[in-house]
Amino acid sequence: MNVTQTLDTKGLSCPMPIVKTKKAMDTLASGDILEVLATDKGAVNDLSAWSKSSGHELLEHKEEDGVFKFYIQKG
Amino acid sequence: MIKALSAKEVAKRVVEGSMFILDVRNEGDYKDWRIEGKGIKSINRPYFDLIDGVEDVLEHLPKEEVLVVCAKEGSSVMVAEMLDEAGIKDVYYLEGGMKSWSEYLMPVKLGDLKDGGSIYQFNRIGKGCLSYLVESNGEATIIDSARTIEAYEDFAKENNLEIKHMIDTHLHADHISGGRKLAEKTGATYWLPPKDAEEVTFSFSALEEGNDITIGNTKIEIQPLYTPGHTIGSTSMIVDGQFLLSGDILFVDSIGRPDLAGKAEDWVSDLRDSLYNKYNNLSKELVVLPAHFGKISELDEKGAVSAPLGELFEKNDGLKIKNENEFRRAVTENLPPQPNAYQEIRQTNMGKIDPTNDEQREMEIGPNRCAITE
Repeated sequence: MNVTQTLDTKGLSCPMPIVKTKKAMDTLASGDILEVLATDKGAVNDLSAWSKSSGHELLEHKEEDGVFKFYIQKG
Repeated sequence: MIKALSAKEVAKRVVEGSMFILDVRNEGDYKDWRIEGKGIKSINRPYFDLIDGVEDVLEHLPKEEVLVVCAKEGSSVMVAEMLDEAGIKDVYYLEGGMKSWSEYLMPVKLGDLKDGGSIYQFNRIGKGCLSYLVESNGEATIIDSARTIEAYEDFAKENNLEIKHMIDTHLHADHISGGRKLAEKTGATYWLPPKDAEEVTFSFSALEEGNDITIGNTKIEIQPLYTPGHTIGSTSMIVDGQFLLSGDILFVDSIGRPDLAGKAEDWVSDLRDSLYNKYNNLSKELVVLPAHFGKISELDEKGAVSAPLGELFEKNDGLKIKNENEFRRAVTENLPPQPNAYQEIRQTNMGKIDPTNDEQREMEIGPNRCAITE
């Protein structure tokens, strides 16, 4: 996957992972892929729901050693 | 300036007041489980749709007194500040979020016992779990304790009570029992129905018919009555000849589901026998005190949940199914979803796994879902 930018929100709790994701996404172009790293469990449901409601596509998400990784393509 | 509102204060509004709630969790979480009550109005707008501004939601909110609610607190503070800046008067956020709401226990006195002493219901209003404290002459027994044992410890301290017995009516699947922990801490005896405890990794006293438990000098009697069906060990208790603690067998508005230990078909006839024969043979004047409520409308004006057994035989649909096959269908088909993490919760209550505090809290999120209807 061609990741355009990586955003590290590890250690941050709700709402910061999504606030930062949204800000980062605003600087990208349509089709770009943002990788988001997070440790907040709530981010899993919220990032999926946010991607849907804001027209982006959550391509993949996985958990590695307690870190959640999200790949979101800008719509 | 925004203000924090504690779960305790919100519980007061749920029981006897009013409040407008803006719930900023995601749609799925809101649909699944939220704060409800007679005087409570709520709307859902996820916080991530409000990051750029709250203008779109303002027209749906009152001009003053709005409580913003989220899962843990962070997002509700952010949105509450935005509403405050937008000119709404008296904006509150729920302190500790839905996690705190899920854990708050509200003690309500139910009545006095014949020879002194009294009985209290501890209503875990956010999750629909009910536990009980019976006290007499400085001694206390707690039945179906919640995981958050501090509420009982504080109550015992304030009222100079020594906790002598911790009893679970069955192996719970919707919440982690505080029974063992508080027993270890206070030296109290921990009672469990042996048939539910075949796989537990700790020692306990057998809660069985014939093993009456007495507390205080006045000998308040707690008589176990074997009533399987929700689990194979489910045991009801008659307290002081007045109260029937029905565990997860009989609720005010519904009856217990037999499927949470994976054996619905096997336990249907047990459940029917417990409800339609054993309970039916008891005095109809007994006051039923269940381990759960399903709807907030079951709370009376004090916030307590109870009903005379005779009334339930007239009004509770689960006690009025004449045909056995129809009963089987009612308790095994079209059941609500299971409680969150119910298998892990059962394992924890058996002592087989030992999750951290945070994990335990996470496992218990959501409604109890121990009845056949929602």
